[in-house]
Amino acid sequence: MPEKNGNSAELELEKFIPAKKVEGPKSLEDLSPEEIERFREVGVDPEETNRLGTFIQADCQVLSCHCEMPEGVELLPITEALRKYDWLARDYLWKAVPPDKDVFTKITAEDLDNGYFIRIRAGEKVIYPLQACLYIRTDQVAQRVHNIVIVEEGAELHIITGCTTGPHVVSGLHIGVSEFYIKKGGKLTYTMIHEWGEGVHVRPRTGIWVEEKGVMISNYISLDKVGSIKAFPVCRLKGPEAVGQFNSVVAAPQGSFLDLGSRVILEAPKTRAEIISRTVCYGGEVIARGHLIGQAPEIKAHLECQGLMLSDEGYIIAIPELEAHHSNVDMSHEAAVGKIAREEIEYLMARGLTEEEATSLVVRGFLNVRIEGLPPELQERIDKAIEECRKGM
Amino acid sequence: MTGTMLEVQDLWVEVEGKEVLKGVSLNIPVGETHVLFGRNGSGKTSLLMTIMGFPEYRVRHGKIIFKGEDITHLPPYERARKGIGIMFQRPPSIKGVKLRELLELCARENGYRIQELAREFGFEDFLDRDVNLGFSGGELKKSELLQLLVQSPDLALLDEPESGVDMENIEIIGKMIRKLLQKDSHRPRQKSGLIITHTGFILNYVPADRGYVMLDGRIYCQGNPQEIFEGIQKHGYEECLKCLKRMEIPQS
Repeated sequence: MPEKNGNSAELELEKFIPAKKVEGPKSLEDLSPEEIERFREVGVDPEETNRLGTFIQADCQVLSCHCEMPEGVELLPITEALRKYDWLARDYLWKAVPPDKDVFTKITAEDLDNGYFIRIRAGEKVIYPLQACLYIRTDQVAQRVHNIVIVEEGAELHIITGCTTGPHVVSGLHIGVSEFYIKKGGKLTYTMIHEWGEGVHVRPRTGIWVEEKGVMISNYISLDKVGSIKAFPVCRLKGPEAVGQFNSVVAAPQGSFLDLGSRVILEAPKTRAEIISRTVCYGGEVIARGHLIGQAPEIKAHLECQGLMLSDEGYIIAIPELEAHHSNVDMSHEAAVGKIAREEIEYLMARGLTEEEATSLVVRGFLNVRIEGLPPELQERIDKAIEECRKGM
Repeated sequence: MTGTMLEVQDLWVEVEGKEVLKGVSLNIPVGETHVLFGRNGSGKTSLLMTIMGFPEYRVRHGKIIFKGEDITHLPPYERARKGIGIMFQRPPSIKGVKLRELLELCARENGYRIQELAREFGFEDFLDRDVNLGFSGGELKKSELLQLLVQSPDLALLDEPESGVDMENIEIIGKMIRKLLQKDSHRPRQKSGLIITHTGFILNYVPADRGYVMLDGRIYCQGNPQEIFEGIQKHGYEECLKCLKRMEIPQS
């Protein structure tokens, strides 16, 4: 068994092929129906029903980048946005995530493949989500992505990002740097669905700044096999009454190594944060982290970390941390790891469900995190992803 | 269908090495409702759990025949699919699973209209809540009975249906059980029931055909349920023990 401290053997970066070195598809028409179907599985609708816009990047190629509401919402490949706006590099790029954070941010800072830039103008509120797909199409590719999202004052936006790999991809590396800037009174709901292959390693590096009365809701879902994911978004609640909510729903099959969590720094008075994680382990290795730092008076923060062990293989390590730097704070956490209740299974069997049906229903219920204020569109997507995962158990 | 719904033949059962049933026999004809009286710990719930087939109730001897078929060693879900349903006294809650969803699973293909049924018993508001989570005593019973109503079993096993229910709700509970067991139907009844009660109050709402007294894992006395109930009310279970001694029924 590997060391249970989250430091799985370092990846040998030279073993991966830089995405720029492979010949990518020129347009969506170059993709097979099977590939398009994979997009759908991670919440990216190829028909774009009830979607505000679409961004699709395969390896380093941007295949789709358009938005229904160009005057209110701007969607551009990041490389183009950086050419267009001087202020982007000056005021935003690498501000919420330091470029020298680690080896992955360093190589992304040195040579970027692409990524998306999304800006919603002050006061604009949109109902339909914008969808983005980051897709590794070629085996052994290392994809370096940098995304920046700016939600201006009083604006509201939903983004679904689906990440997946091509049907023949065995291994790969995805580095995704994401920076989110939510201005005064703005609100962003960000739902990310990961469905990588079993030999794919994923290193998201995320920084979030939320100003006064701004709201960040982040939903993260990973239910499929993956080589390894190490992600630890850091959210700074910089203005009074800002809110950060982080929900994650994770399943760890055998062979997967997941080191996941969020850190929220409550820097201003009356800010609120909540981290909720639900983890089902059936043979994989999971470290479920959560770190809340209270630095201002009258803040309220809660962390809930629940794990379900479905086999004797694998492990879950739950590491909830609360850090208070002020006397007038309200911070709490609950963590629980356990097995599935026999009583519940038998109850359902008495209603005519087989043991397998009963187990998957209980597991699905456990993963079913109802997120307050989430648009039905996104909730539906999450329910669907959990439903899909049920088949695999 | 006529004839016998359930036949229990000389059933000996143990749980974790402890004998809980010591030679129980009973026979429930199609369309009849039987009542099992007895103190707490006398083995009543064990009998229901064994009929439903929960694995910790290990059958050491005897048989359970349901609609002519030996089901003694079938798993619970197969018994449920063959037409046995159980109302638990203390059902667990299931987080994240809506009652509506469970009802749809219970209904299988029998096409019950869940919404209408819930409305009939004033339980519509609970359909979109997590199964049994935070339900009061009466609400738990309604949840259980609603599940059974959509499941529509031929044999319903009801464990203390009136316990923890206030007077206002007991009438509705009674109505639900009558519907489940076709008590208000003029046609010959096809549904059978086995009801556990230690207070007997449910008999005021649901008529029964036969009663049994269970003591220490055995059925000692059977007859008119109303008479048995009145006897217990008047003299308590102590009298049953005395009566046994007088009859000198062999103890094994």
